[in-house]
Amino acid sequence: MQESISFTPQLITSPLAEMLWLIPALPIGSAGIGALLKQSKRKTAAALAIGSMSLSLLLALAAFAHVLGSWAGGVAARETVNFTWIQVGATSVDLGWILDPLSAVMLVMVTLVGLLIFIYSVGYMEHDENFTRFFCFLSLFAGGMLAVVIANSLLLLYMGWELVGLTSYLLIGFWYQRPAAAAAAKKAFLTTRIGDVFFLLGMVWLFAQTGTLLFYNGGSGSMEHTALSALLAQPATFGLSAAGAIGLLIFAGAAGKSGQFPLHVWLPDAMEGPTPVSALIHAATMVAAGVYLVARVYPLMQAGALTGGTTTALTVVTWVGAFTAVFAALIAVAQNDIKRILAYSTISQLGYMMAGLGMGGVAVGMFHLITHAFFKALLFMGAGSVIHGSHEEQDIRKMGGLKSAMPWTFGTYAVGMLALCGFPLFFSGFWSKDGILEAAQHWSVARAPFYMLVFGALLTAFYMTRQVAYVFFGASRASKAAHESPRVMTLPLAILAFFAVALGALGTPAWPWFKAFLDGHAVGFGLEGFAEPGLLALMATSTVVVFLGLGLGWKLYGGKSPQPEQPDVLESAVPVVWGWLRNRLCVDEFYGVTVIAFYGWWAKVSDWLDRRVWGGAVAGVAWVFRGWAEFNRFFDNTWVNGGFDKGCEDLATGGGLLSRVQNGRAQTYLRILALAVVALAAILIWSSRA
Amino acid sequence: MTPLAGFLLVAALLFSIGLAGALTRRNAILVLIGIELMLNAANLNLIAFWRYGPHPEALTGMMFAIFSIAVAAAEAAVGLGLVISIYRHAHTTDLDMMNRMKG
Amino acid sequence: MTVVFYILAAMTVAGGMAAMLLKNTVHCALAVTVAFAGLAFLFLDLDAQFAGFAQILVYVGAVAILVVFAILLTRGSETPKDGVASKHWLAGLVIAAGVFAVMGWAILQSAAVLPHEMPVPAVTVLDIGNALVTRYVLPLEIVALLLTAAMLGAVIVALHEKEAAQ
Repeated sequence: MQESISFTPQLITSPLAEMLWLIPALPIGSAGIGALLKQSKRKTAAALAIGSMSLSLLLALAAFAHVLGSWAGGVAARETVNFTWIQVGATSVDLGWILDPLSAVMLVMVTLVGLLIFIYSVGYMEHDENFTRFFCFLSLFAGGMLAVVIANSLLLLYMGWELVGLTSYLLIGFWYQRPAAAAAAKKAFLTTRIGDVFFLLGMVWLFAQTGTLLFYNGGSGSMEHTALSALLAQPATFGLSAAGAIGLLIFAGAAGKSGQFPLHVWLPDAMEGPTPVSALIHAATMVAAGVYLVARVYPLMQAGALTGGTTTALTVVTWVGAFTAVFAALIAVAQNDIKRILAYSTISQLGYMMAGLGMGGVAVGMFHLITHAFFKALLFMGAGSVIHGSHEEQDIRKMGGLKSAMPWTFGTYAVGMLALCGFPLFFSGFWSKDGILEAAQHWSVARAPFYMLVFGALLTAFYMTRQVAYVFFGASRASKAAHESPRVMTLPLAILAFFAVALGALGTPAWPWFKAFLDGHAVGFGLEGFAEPGLLALMATSTVVVFLGLGLGWKLYGGKSPQPEQPDVLESAVPVVWGWLRNRLCVDEFYGVTVIAFYGWWAKVSDWLDRRVWGGAVAGVAWVFRGWAEFNRFFDNTWVNGGFDKGCEDLATGGGLLSRVQNGRAQTYLRILALAVVALAAILIWSSRA
Repeated sequence: MTPLAGFLLVAALLFSIGLAGALTRRNAILVLIGIELMLNAANLNLIAFWRYGPHPEALTGMMFAIFSIAVAAAEAAVGLGLVISIYRHAHTTDLDMMNRMKG
Repeated sequence: MTVVFYILAAMTVAGGMAAMLLKNTVHCALAVTVAFAGLAFLFLDLDAQFAGFAQILVYVGAVAILVVFAILLTRGSETPKDGVASKHWLAGLVIAAGVFAVMGWAILQSAAVLPHEMPVPAVTVLDIGNALVTRYVLPLEIVALLLTAAMLGAVIVALHEKEAAQ
C-alpha cells in the first residue's frame, strides 16, 4: 500500500536536531585519535571506539524519543539543518542533515547494532595483534554510515557512502598479508565503484536539472513537489522521464552497495574479513545503505505514479530485487563455508528488501531492513562464535554436534535462524517478510515476483536448516574439540536474539506501528487488522512454505552426520545442478572472461599506446632535440671551432711563411736592402723629374 | 758626354759590379771585397764631383774621400777579423751555411 | 774623355769584374788589387794626387794584403763543391742590374747640365794638412778614435780566437 503523505514541516528546529551532526562526528573523531595510537594501546582503542559509539547511541535514542514525541503529538516531524558549502556565483552546493522518522529509526538501529558488535569484537579480536587498527577502522566506518543516515543532501550522503566503501575495503582486507583477503577487498571496492559511477551520474544530472542536491529545503528541495514536477516534465530516453532516469541511476549505485545482481559478486568474497566486520558491514549496515538510499529518494522514484499504479523505476527495482532473492538463495543451498551461506543469504534478503520497496513502499522495505539487521548480525556473530570455538574452522562439513559443546551459541543461533526463515508468529522475520509478500500479492504489474519470493522463502528455510544441521547437530567431525565462547561474545548474541523476537511486535497487522511511524499517521491496536482480505490466507501460505522448507531440510540433513569426503545428499541426486550451484552459477567466471579479459586487453592496448605511440612521440621529440643538439655540436665543432682553428692555423702558416724571409743569411738581407734602395731611388728621381 | 758623366758612369758601373758580387758570391770574403769595391766607387764619385764642382778649393770632396778611405780600411780590418773568427767556429766561409740567425 | 781615361776605366772595370767572377778567391783578391790601382790612377787623372796616393797606400798596400791574409787563413782558395754562386744568385744579379739601370739613367738624364770643363784646382798637400787640422779636425780625431777602436777590436777578436783555439 503506497501512500504519499505530505509532511508538515516543523518550523523551528530543535536543539537536538542542531546537534545531530555529533552522532557521526563522535565516531569519526575517535577514529582520528585512534589512528594516532600505538598498537600496544589496545584498551584505549577499544574504550575510545565503544565510548564514542555509546554516546552516539544515547544521542540517537534521544533523537528517536524526540521524533516519537512529535509523532505521538500528531505532528509529522521533519527537521532539517542546511548550510551552504560551496558558493560559485549564483549556484551553491549545500549540505545538511535531517531528523525525521526514517533517519531516527536507522540511527537507533545502526548505533545499537554497531555498539553490540564493537563489544563483541573486543572478545573476537583479542588474539589479533592489530587490535587498535581494527577499532580505528570500525569507528571510521560507523561515522561514515551515520553520516549517510542523517544526510539531507545527496552530496553528503555520497561522501558518507564513499567513506563507508573505503572502510569496507580496509576492513575486508584487514588481514592484508593474505592474498585472498587483499583480492577480496579490491574486488569489493571496484564492484561498488561501478555502481557509484552511475550514482554520481544521477547526482550530477539531478543537480543540473533542479539546481539543488538537498532532499528537503522548505519546499525547494529535490524531493519536494516543485523539483519533482520539473523533473517529470523533462523527458529522457527509453520513454522515461528525467525523474525515472535519475532514479534508476541512483538505484544502480544502491545495487552495487547492496549486492543486487549483477553487482553481487563482491559480497561472498568479502567474507575474507574478520567476522565482526561481516556482521556489521555486510549484514546489518553497509549493505543496508543501498536500501536506505532508495528509501530516501523514494519520492523521486515514485514520481508520476498514478494512485494504485507504479513507475518504471520502481518496477525495475522490484524485478531486480526479486530475481536476486531467488538467485542468491539457490546458490546458498550448495555452499559449504558457514559464512558464505550467510553471505548469499544476505544478498537474497537484500533482494527481498528491494522488492519490498518496489512493491510496498518505504515502510515495508525498511521494516524488513531493521529486522534483518538484527537477526543477520546475530547469525554472523553466532557464526563467528562457532568459528572461534572450532579453532578457526569454517567448513560446515568439518563441524558437528556443537549443540552440546556451545549451548549459548546454539540457542541464540537457532533464534536467529528461525527469524530468518520466517518462523510464524513469534519471530520478527515472519512479520517483515509477510509484509513484503502481501505487497507482492497486490502488485498491479505482475504476479511473478510473488511466486519468486515464496520460492525464495522455501529455499531460505531449506538451506538454513541444512546449515544448522551440519553445524550443530549430528556427531562431531572436527579434529579438535570445540569450546564455548567467552561471555563478552555471547552476551551481545543474547541481546540481539531478544530483539530478533521482540521487533516483530512492531509490524504485525494488529498494530502496524512501524508503518504508521514512518508514514506519519496515528495507529491503534486492533485485531481487525487481520481481517484484511487474503491476509490470513497469505499467513497460512507462508507458514506452510516455511515448514515445508524446514521439513525437507531436516529430512535430508537432520540427524545424519556425513563425512566431509562424502558427497552431499543433493549432490548425489542432481550432480549437474549441484555443480552449477556450488560454482555460484559461474557469474565470477563469466565476468572474468568478459569484463576482466576485456580490461586486460584494454590495459595491454593502453600500455602499447603509451610505450609506442605516446612514448614514441616523446622519443621523437627527444630525437628531434637530440638531432638539433648534434647539429649544433657539429656546427660548433667544424665551423666555429674549425673556423677558429683554421684561422689560427692560417695565421701560423702565414707567420711561418713570413718568417722564411728571416733565413739568417746576410746576403738575402743585403739583396732586399738593395732592392728597396733601388725602388726608393727610382721613386725619388721620378718624382723630382716630374 | 762630359768628363764628369763619364767618371760617374764608371763609378756607377763599378758600384753595380761590386753589389752584384756582394749579392751573388758565396764566400764571405768575396762579399767583403765587393763591399770594398762599392766604397771605392763612392770615393771615385766624390773625387769626380770635387774636381768638377764649383769650389774645389774648399777641399770638401777630397776630405770626404780621404776619411772614407780611412774608415773603409778600419772596417775591412774588423770585418776580416770577424770572418776569420767565424771560420774558426764554423770551419767554413760559405754564407749559405750561415743561417743561425734564422727566424 | 781622353784615351787615358778610357784605358784606366777599362782596367778598373775589368779588374772589378774579374774580382767578382773568378773562381779562385786569391785570384779574386789580386784582381781587386788591380781595380784599386786603376782607381788610384783615375784619382790622379782627376788631379787628386793626395787621394790617389792615399788610395795606393791604404788599399793596395794594406787592405788587399789583409784580404789575401784572410783568404789564406780561411782556406778560401779551395773552390767550394757547390759552385761559387749562392742560391738565388740571379736575383742578386738582377738587383744589381736594376741599381745600375737606375743610376745610369739618372746620370744620363742629367748629363746635359753637368759642367764640361773646369780649371785645374790648385791644391797642395799643405792646404790639405791645414784643412785637416783646422776645418776637419773633429772628423780627424773621430777617425783616430775609430781606428783605435778598430785596432783594439781586431785584437780582441783575434785574442778570443786564440783562447778558443787553445
